[in-house]
Amino acid sequence: MKNKNQAVTIKGTKNGLTFNINEKSSYSDIIKELKEKLSTTVVESDHPMVKVNIHVGNRYLTPEMREEISEIIRNKQNFIIQEIVSNVIQKKEAEEFYKSLEVTTLTSIIRSGQVMHVNGDVLLIGDVNPGGKISATGNIYILGRLNGIAHAGYDGNRDAIVAASYMNPTQLRISDLFSRSPDYETEGISMEYAYIDEESETILIDRLHKISKIRPNIGTFERRIMNG
Amino acid sequence: MGEAIVITSGKGGVGKTTTTANVGTSLALLGKKVCLIDTDIGLRNLDVVLGLENRIVYDIVDVVQKRCKINQALVRDKRFDCLHLLPASQTSDKSAITPKSMVEIIKELKGDYDYILVDCPAGIEQGYKNAIAGADKAVVVTTPEKSSVRDADRIIGLLEKEEHIEAPRLIINRIRTHMVKTGDMLDVNEIVSILAIDLLGIVADDDEVIKASHHGEPVAFQPNTKASISYRNIARRILGESVPLMSLEDEKGMFTKVKKFFGIRS
Repeated sequence: MKNKNQAVTIKGTKNGLTFNINEKSSYSDIIKELKEKLSTTVVESDHPMVKVNIHVGNRYLTPEMREEISEIIRNKQNFIIQEIVSNVIQKKEAEEFYKSLEVTTLTSIIRSGQVMHVNGDVLLIGDVNPGGKISATGNIYILGRLNGIAHAGYDGNRDAIVAASYMNPTQLRISDLFSRSPDYETEGISMEYAYIDEESETILIDRLHKISKIRPNIGTFERRIMNG
Repeated sequence: MGEAIVITSGKGGVGKTTTTANVGTSLALLGKKVCLIDTDIGLRNLDVVLGLENRIVYDIVDVVQKRCKINQALVRDKRFDCLHLLPASQTSDKSAITPKSMVEIIKELKGDYDYILVDCPAGIEQGYKNAIAGADKAVVVTTPEKSSVRDADRIIGLLEKEEHIEAPRLIINRIRTHMVKTGDMLDVNEIVSILAIDLLGIVADDDEVIKASHHGEPVAFQPNTKASISYRNIARRILGESVPLMSLEDEKGMFTKVKKFFGIRS
């Protein structure tokens, strides 16, 4: 039964090593044992890289703790940390995560000089006038005319899209990419959406009905779990 | 109790002062007691457009700083009794009055007048804040130019945040029919669809307006120029009548009129 009292157990799997950290052990014991175990493990220097997964169970690790554990493992040559898995997240993180799943519905006109920012996806029922700006960490859906600026994937989500019933923006921004309207006057086009084309690293605009091919999982829970 | 209407635009030079003078005159012609307030302190114009510059003794800053009674500062129009002007000061600047003092002045005037029209200065700073402070309603003036519509949009956004002001209404000023036709100017429908507020009236770009201002006689006095009819229609809409928008089409020659009479299409 000695195994039960161990703070750290290491298992080999076909995906590399899994470190199971006993949720009942104290943090200092874990660090001590981790150092001990790793010092007794001998890996030849020409050995290929070993992927390491760390399972901490129902223990919450602060960012500092994560960093300390990662540091110890990284000090061992040939070990790469793939993932640290915890069953626990902070309430605040959970709320933010939940918010990012929601679609916020707004019913207003965003006029010149007005800025609207939303966490998660946004459905705007109304227009964005020239000089107005709408931004969201997720997708932007506009049931109205987009004549101003839209910025989707504000925090860096490159899969985010901007869809509008009438697309005639002065600027489109998705994640860290940017595109602007041409210098000649253009008529807007109905039912279009903008997305990042990974190959060319540019923002492209296409007919709305093609969205199912390019972003098949848009709006589904799975997609967000992956991003979350 | 009267109601206070602020006339504003954001951008300068679109015709706020001319609109204030003419709508005020038209309301007075319809028998209402009207008071016009010029809040463009330091750059007053309303008195000039009305031809009342030589009658000013005290101004709004004197009223705020208690140098005179409000009745002493009011200038009576030279043409009729029911139109009065509270002029702006030409020597101070916008900081000489505060939104709070405007609220008090308008509250005092509301007892004596049916309509109080406040001519707002250009911009969205102190002067604008003073002008809208006591208003119950707002009229936004724009011309069919992109820059002017953009600023009108901004102003509407700001006005919508003011809880004491009803949803603003729109006057499109200085429409040049031939330029709208050739697509070099925005047309009325485009402007209304961008700004998405009720249209109070449209006014054609008419030389008569400039002539009238030059002589200090608001164009609304003239019986049948396009602009004067437009302004009188606006006044009637303010009173709650439903008046259809007039056509701004240029008058055709005698020959086309005859053809039209006989039903011949040109």
